[in-house]
Amino acid sequence: MAEEAIKLGGKRKSIFMDKVKKLLPDGGNLNLCLTCGTCSSGCPATGLENMDPRKFLRMAALGMDEELTSTPWVWMCTMCYRCVYACPMQIDIPALVYEARASWPRETRPKGIVGSCDMALRNESCSAMGTPPDDFVFVVEDVLEEYRETQPDFKDMEAPIDKKGAYFFLNQNSREPVTEPDEMVPLWKILHTVGADWTYGSKGWAGENYCMFLADNDSWEKIVKTSINTAKELGCRVFLNTE
Amino acid sequence: MYQYYAKWIREGKLKVNSDWNKDLKIKFTVQDPCQIVRKSYGDEVADDLRYVVKSIVGEENFIDMTPNKSNNYCCGGGGGALQSGYKEQRLQYGIVKDKQIKVTKADYCIAACHNCHAQIHELSEHYGGNYSVVHLWTLICLSLGILGENERAYLGDDLKEVAVYGA
Repeated sequence: MAEEAIKLGGKRKSIFMDKVKKLLPDGGNLNLCLTCGTCSSGCPATGLENMDPRKFLRMAALGMDEELTSTPWVWMCTMCYRCVYACPMQIDIPALVYEARASWPRETRPKGIVGSCDMALRNESCSAMGTPPDDFVFVVEDVLEEYRETQPDFKDMEAPIDKKGAYFFLNQNSREPVTEPDEMVPLWKILHTVGADWTYGSKGWAGENYCMFLADNDSWEKIVKTSINTAKELGCRVFLNTE
Repeated sequence: MYQYYAKWIREGKLKVNSDWNKDLKIKFTVQDPCQIVRKSYGDEVADDLRYVVKSIVGEENFIDMTPNKSNNYCCGGGGGALQSGYKEQRLQYGIVKDKQIKVTKADYCIAACHNCHAQIHELSEHYGGNYSVVHLWTLICLSLGILGENERAYLGDDLKEVAVYGA
């Protein structure tokens, strides 16, 4: 005679996964895992901290909330979505990772990411390097003037800031204006060559958003809004992300 | 950005060509940034990216990584990883990307994304790959003959003096 089936007793333990499921369209398909491992086999973060995407999801399904919300692996996964792309069930594991990041008290999250987010909140540039709008405007104008003077084919080149009605609102990674300003020029030349009507904004010009990586939703939104509102106020038609 | 580069080349507004590389035969591969390709615009934008790259370096001088486009591996620089403080793990993560690039034997990896650019640059140095990492805008201007000598921070010695504007 067959042994009696094992009965699972007690209430379901998982709180974290249930919480995340509620946040996602179709619950992020988090309960559809076939345990095939396609996610983990193609994930460059597999093995770091003895973790991988399948294991992370299985731990969530088993309700191992404490382990999930304390492993530093969530800061090593880049949320690149290759696991979702490869998954036959389109399970949104990166969203689970994001919420695990968000579950860390802010002051315990990686210092570098917290710092970059806080820098961006310091002024209306929203630059992770803390560069104020005036400094950005100065560098752009200074570099432009130099190139206009020294490169005759570009004596009429423009790098407008806050130009009303420009077609493109272009953002700019902080690295160039702050540490290697000459690297801004090739893109200006391309835009000049094609006759594009574009502008930077003195507010919200910075392209990077470490508050998003920090899983600080309010600050993430604040930064995006600063950029978008600037583009809207200027009447720009296309928000153009730099390379 | 890639869609516009491709559009402007197709419309004849950016008159790029690959003549500068006909004899040099410098080889290039390209990184598909996760955020732009897999997570946003899909293979279509990856095709635009390749159209631009082939137009400026020559089809015969472009070698794709495998896998690629939406199925490409992340370099390990995204998601805040560059500032997370877990450097050792970030470099460990990047081994997959470094190997992928080395297999192409390309002299340059084009990384038209700041996170990718910084991470792949570090991978090349850390794992001794000796491949350079370059923005797309640099190569577009090089191919147009409008890249000055001060705009070549990421070009290797092989391209420091090629088609210099004003020289």
